[in-house]
Amino acid sequence: MEDYEIVRGARGDGRLTAWDYIRSMIPDFFELHGDRLYGDDEAVVAGIGTLNKMPVSVIGIEKGKTTEERIKHNFGSAHPEGYRKALRLMKQAEKFRRPVVCLVDTAGAFCGIDAEEHGQGRAIADCLFEMSKLKTPIVSVVLGEGGSGGALALSHSDRIWMIEDAYYSVVSPESCANILWKDTTRAAEAAEMLCLTAPKLQKLGLIDRICKKDDPAQLAGELAGELAVLSAMSDEALLEARYRRFRRIGY
Amino acid sequence: MDLRKLFLKANNEPETNGLLPRSRHIVCKGCGRRTPVARVRREFFVCPSCGRYYTMRARRRILMLTDKRSFVELDRDLVSRNVLGFAEYDDKLAAAREKSREKEAVICGTATIEGHAACIFAMDSYFMMGSMGAVVGEKITRLFEYATEHHMPVVGVTVSGGARMQEGMISLMQMSKVSAAAARHGDAGNLYIVLLTDPTTGGVDASFAMQGDITLAEPGARVGFAGPRVIEKSLNQALPKDFQRAERVLACGFIDAIVPRDRQRTVIGNLLGLHEPAARKDGSDGRL
Repeated sequence: MEDYEIVRGARGDGRLTAWDYIRSMIPDFFELHGDRLYGDDEAVVAGIGTLNKMPVSVIGIEKGKTTEERIKHNFGSAHPEGYRKALRLMKQAEKFRRPVVCLVDTAGAFCGIDAEEHGQGRAIADCLFEMSKLKTPIVSVVLGEGGSGGALALSHSDRIWMIEDAYYSVVSPESCANILWKDTTRAAEAAEMLCLTAPKLQKLGLIDRICKKDDPAQLAGELAGELAVLSAMSDEALLEARYRRFRRIGY
Repeated sequence: MDLRKLFLKANNEPETNGLLPRSRHIVCKGCGRRTPVARVRREFFVCPSCGRYYTMRARRRILMLTDKRSFVELDRDLVSRNVLGFAEYDDKLAAAREKSREKEAVICGTATIEGHAACIFAMDSYFMMGSMGAVVGEKITRLFEYATEHHMPVVGVTVSGGARMQEGMISLMQMSKVSAAAARHGDAGNLYIVLLTDPTTGGVDASFAMQGDITLAEPGARVGFAGPRVIEKSLNQALPKDFQRAERVLACGFIDAIVPRDRQRTVIGNLLGLHEPAARKDGSDGRL
């Protein structure tokens, strides 16, 4: 039942959120707003700054900590506007060949009438489509919750890392238990089967590295090192490796 | 196989393509009228009295869209494995194979449509609700790669409940895999036409269903990311009647045209023709 504890921990209070990591890894962070199409979704915080002296674009999904913050950030569930803001800033990063760091922490993309009618599916599909050919390095780190399509949208990356006590899953254990057995109290069993913890996902070859928790300084160092390696690659080699990274999954 | 069960199943599911035991009539779920199977086939699986669209299986769909005897199937022998050791998955796969008489939830191949060569895939809702696991992702990815290599258009017919949870994150990442293959196909100047059918939701809606150059849909098809019940539950309010229906999704700007079944082959054929090298002014094949 340990895996379900991890899921609960990833949702719990007292964790570092995207803002915490951004503040300590990128002291000169400058936030950029808006998708230039419809609005500004504060579930996604994005901007530019330097990571160990390297200019980077950072896109994070922020949950907030106080009730007020959580409402402001919509509990970390992004609308299509959030994904379109993310994609806009990734294209901007490509223009300046600035590496992109995505910090993922979401229970899932927002479910609602507006979100659907503004094209939630299309917004996520666009992220996957465009990130697969973005000519600049991308590293994604799942900080806490990696909730299904809403997390996947910011994880079409050269490297996918996870904090050691994060989870990343196709479906929430509760929904899974509900679908399978019409019984959400069996979520712990479902969590076990979904293989959603960092060690299990690494073993399956789906994620590339497990990072120490509560240590933004170390994460900054690891990111800087990896981005330097990726930045040294030609566009062609980078994109081919990214294609292969996903191409080999599953069969 | 328990024969009785099979017949019961047939009675409970009137919306079949007639492949199930030789019931000679189909009873419409909409109006209750009985229609001979042969007539239903002629009418493109639309109820002649109330106009309701019956669920079509992938193979029947391909027959309907492609020129006679032109379809050549690719990768038909790829079968799913229970990689995660997920409970009841092996049984579900076996049941799905029996129910659908297919090996997986998508059929891929090449064909001509009104004389125009194309790669085509069609998903099958009789196979675990058209859910996408590793094999579905792999087959569609291979089709896009084949089409890229041979400079061919892709025509895709989607119907899916989303990613197949029994394969965990492997399923979810198929969305990334197929998207990357579709992007390469598009970057090489090739056409991708998608036909959304009822229902196209979840991970399929959030990936290759929404990446077409031209996005068509069947009348009334449900198209959306989140399931309507999930939204209803989380908002605690009833949803508008046309919510996530193709007509509404078109009005919201995400679908190019709604095409009734009897027009689909002609419309897709014409669109393919418009994109063939001879139809281009510069005579190029569209590659950069």
